[in-house]
Amino acid sequence: MANDDPGSAEHARATSDAAAQSESLLLDDAAIRRALMRIAHEIIEKNEDLSRLYLVGIPNGGVPLSRQLQRNLKEIAGVDSLIGVLDTTLYRDDLVSSGARPRLRRTEMPSAVDERIVILVDDVASTGRTIRAAMDALMDFGRPRAVQVAALVDRGHRELPIKIDYVGKNVPTQHGDRVQMRGPEDALEVVLVKGGSTAGAAEPRAQRAASERST
Amino acid sequence: MLGRGLLGIEDLDRDDIEKILDTAMKMKEIGERDVKKVPTLRGRTIINLFFEPSTRTRTSFEIAGKRLSADVVNFSPSSSSLTKSESILDTAKTLDAMDPDAVVIRHKVAGVPKRIADELNAPVINAGDGAHEHPTQALLDMMTVLEEKGRLDGLTVTIIGDIAHSRVARSNIYGFRKMGAEVRVAGPPTMLPSHVETLGVKAFTSLREALDGADVVMALRIQTERLSGAAFPTVREYSSTFGLDRQKMRFAKDDAIVMHPGPVNRGVELSHDLADRRPSVILDQVRNGVALRMAVLYLLAGRRKPAV
Repeated sequence: MANDDPGSAEHARATSDAAAQSESLLLDDAAIRRALMRIAHEIIEKNEDLSRLYLVGIPNGGVPLSRQLQRNLKEIAGVDSLIGVLDTTLYRDDLVSSGARPRLRRTEMPSAVDERIVILVDDVASTGRTIRAAMDALMDFGRPRAVQVAALVDRGHRELPIKIDYVGKNVPTQHGDRVQMRGPEDALEVVLVKGGSTAGAAEPRAQRAASERST
Repeated sequence: MLGRGLLGIEDLDRDDIEKILDTAMKMKEIGERDVKKVPTLRGRTIINLFFEPSTRTRTSFEIAGKRLSADVVNFSPSSSSLTKSESILDTAKTLDAMDPDAVVIRHKVAGVPKRIADELNAPVINAGDGAHEHPTQALLDMMTVLEEKGRLDGLTVTIIGDIAHSRVARSNIYGFRKMGAEVRVAGPPTMLPSHVETLGVKAFTSLREALDGADVVMALRIQTERLSGAAFPTVREYSSTFGLDRQKMRFAKDDAIVMHPGPVNRGVELSHDLADRRPSVILDQVRNGVALRMAVLYLLAGRRKPAV
């Protein structure tokens, strides 16, 4: 059954459709590493009680990023933060209207979230709907002391009052554009795909899910 | 192809089955949470329409629907008051007018769910029809085997019992064959359907031969009232020849698992000892049943007939 991480065949297939359109590199692997190191410093600066940190990756992209953040926090501050994976699909607000049902990703929340400082980690933030869904999902696991959000790329077009606490890179985009993270975990990259989709401001995640739907 | 409903495994292809099993594996995590509920089908209505009594399957569907936040309504007309097909259709149409998002149907007559599905807007899920199919049972069986063995392709699955009258056997034969497993059936000659080989299975009247090299051994529930009829052996005869115990399991592979759709007639299909412990996985089947039915409801509830 399918692998959750970018670099899987599924992911590669989803991105190869886009190769024909105009595509530009936003972040290469080194830039991603630098961004995640800076975010780790910001997390340390912002939070007093680092022993409460719980990094929760949103599949697919957020999962490898949360792992790298965990390593960075260990390296910089000697903190052993908890880590989890939280799929938001069953909490999406467009399931009823879309009719089609996207493939589920895995959820693994091995530790209780009560009294933890949870940092939701995603690759690309946009409308804020995924973060909204992730917060609802998180609350089903308990009552965190605080919830913060880290995103490697913020492409704007927010539709909900959601603030991203830690941003790797702000990228102004147009409605039809897509921002995608791809590649194996040790050589990730983020690209901007211009035009192509006329679907409007739909979040990249939703579009990716759409391309994965079996017919 | 997985269309608007789920009437039988015969209609599915391998991709459909993989998709349902993959979804079910992910759903299982919800059952392990403190709060066993997600909002996915909030505001959706599921009707359990059971013309034939079945506490287990109905409860499993009910829990599955509720864990997805759907409103689940149980409707169990007494089968005596509903014998004519006209009145069954009337009942179904009446319920459909209440605009449910899915209707789960069990009926003692093969083909009734299909007949009803043709009339309804809501997708229909077959929860067992006569000796025809019981698709969610076969899917939860495949899910359990996949968890245990890590694959279905290339396994040998032996199904023992009244194959001729079993919808569980039929659905499992379709399912495991489509997923690349070898399926064998075993039972007294009167319990094996004629031309069973046309389903792509090997038939055995010797349990020992049927078990030789099996990875999965599935015992079916025997309707004891059917035994001792002229053409059938007595209960004691059946259990000594086809009832499973640890002794007989030695013929199967060392790591073979034992399955049963429940409820078990202890001492008939399975020895007491085998019913309760490994290698039997009967309670895992029950647990997986909820996750599997959540997957089916997630994939199907709310699918409408295309507007004409």
